[in-house]
Amino acid sequence: MPLECGVRFGPITLTYETYGKLEPQKDNAILILHAFSGDSHVASYDGEDEEAGEPGWWEFMVGPGKGIDTSKYFVICANVLGGCMGSTGPSSENPLTKKSYGLDFPVVTIGDMVQAQKALIDHLGISKLVSVVGGSMGGMQALQWCASYPQMVSSAIPLATTMRHSALAIAFNEVARQAIMADPKWNKGNYYGEQCPELGLAVARMIGHITYLSDEAMRQKFGRRLQDRSDFSFNFDVDFQVESYLRYQGEKFVRRFDANSFLYITKAADYFDFLGEDGQGAGSLSGADIRFLVVSFSSDWLYPTYQSRELVRLLKKNGLDVSFCEIQADCGHDAFLIANDRLSSLISGFLSGVGR
Amino acid sequence: MNQIHAMRFDLQVISSWIKSGSRVLDLGCGKGDLLLHLQKMKEVKGVGIELDEEKAAYCIGQGLSVLQGDFTDEVGDYPENHFDYIVLSQTLQQVYEPEKLILSLLSIGRKVIVSFPNFSHWWVRLQLLLTGVAPKNEQLPYEWYNSPNIRVITLKDFRKFIRKIDGTIQDEVAINTHHHQTQGHIVRYFPDWRATYGIFLITGGGTRTNRYEPQL
Repeated sequence: MPLECGVRFGPITLTYETYGKLEPQKDNAILILHAFSGDSHVASYDGEDEEAGEPGWWEFMVGPGKGIDTSKYFVICANVLGGCMGSTGPSSENPLTKKSYGLDFPVVTIGDMVQAQKALIDHLGISKLVSVVGGSMGGMQALQWCASYPQMVSSAIPLATTMRHSALAIAFNEVARQAIMADPKWNKGNYYGEQCPELGLAVARMIGHITYLSDEAMRQKFGRRLQDRSDFSFNFDVDFQVESYLRYQGEKFVRRFDANSFLYITKAADYFDFLGEDGQGAGSLSGADIRFLVVSFSSDWLYPTYQSRELVRLLKKNGLDVSFCEIQADCGHDAFLIANDRLSSLISGFLSGVGR
Repeated sequence: MNQIHAMRFDLQVISSWIKSGSRVLDLGCGKGDLLLHLQKMKEVKGVGIELDEEKAAYCIGQGLSVLQGDFTDEVGDYPENHFDYIVLSQTLQQVYEPEKLILSLLSIGRKVIVSFPNFSHWWVRLQLLLTGVAPKNEQLPYEWYNSPNIRVITLKDFRKFIRKIDGTIQDEVAINTHHHQTQGHIVRYFPDWRATYGIFLITGGGTRTNRYEPQL
């Protein structure tokens, strides 16, 4: 597959899961795009054996009778190219060297991820998707789908996302990447089979986590409360609950995520620019028959509402059919991952209005 | 035809003016009564703008295309003549810069339909004359210090304003009804004195067409 950086790359494996049943006309498919650290396991119910498995990352939204109703729709979700949850990424084995790619893995973009997903949709024999749905980096992929393959998409639901990273968002990603690369165990990406840069990756995740919360969410969740003590320790152990929480999130993350994937995926998100260099962007969208539902969350300071409104403005200028809602929520950027009746009813209602 | 009777009377009049299959923008669309009706009965392609999150979310949940936001900001982003009709019902009296708004509506829409409470109703005139305090009625029930209705507009004022901005009134209907009532009637004699609401169909120029009585 030709990548945006100019090299041809392969072979590529995509790990994906499906839920619900594909109609014989293959006209009821919805593609869900996961966020930065997500995977293909959206929900527990796969519609085949009717047995619930492990809860997925969007359990409250996807399933029979839920916002994205798997008794109506055939839902597909694939791990992104560059990821570490089964799809080809820097931790995968390079067939030439029989070792992990490490930094030999090419720098992939959101466009490359979408191109790989398109091959999967072709493979499934689906010519048009009812919707492409995603939050955060998943929303970027949804937008990229509309720009790359407008004729294959009936509607798009970008949630808590942006057309391009602000300097603030790039800055946080860069600090996180530096944390990984400053860890001696990172060893220029060659750590497979040896000790992983766990400390660096944990700090990177802690930084990310701060950006996914909000001032209000942290005040409510932790305030200045102390962790298992009644007074300050007067050393650099954990004093505050928020410190303990971040350390826990960091440690949990290193057990499931690859440090190099973190570098690659954050870079892809930083490079994403739906506006294009000329600032016009989405030009190819003009006249496309795609309905959009854009949703932002009031306390999201990573991709604030004004960035969603900029997207809405661009879509309007191009004469596209767009709905927009800013949901009042104090849980920050992560709000789209937290059960919310309003979000579920917005999505189900919007989908029901999308002509097949 | 059940739905038309459940809808506000002024919206019934407005709906009768809108041609099938047209593209309509409803400013302050509330829970989408007019848009749902037009979509069902006239197959219009409708868009609504609504400030209230709950109402906007309700509309989107009904399958309507609705933007949550302040329409005075939102109307600026559409291409010229993007809509066949733009509806501004019972909101003009709350707009901070009506002239700017109407001008921008006339640029993004071919026809603009505006309805507002008539401040020259005889009861309003009488109240001011006899009591000397700011008039209140069913259409304008607030005190001066808590009223969202920051503009007082009469039918005559509005006609004068449209002439001033070189617009054309294509049609005009005066009605007599209560704010939420779904029943009402058209006022044919002395509308400036007797109408509680005026409904105008305006364009950015051209000549006045023959008056048309809405078929309700």
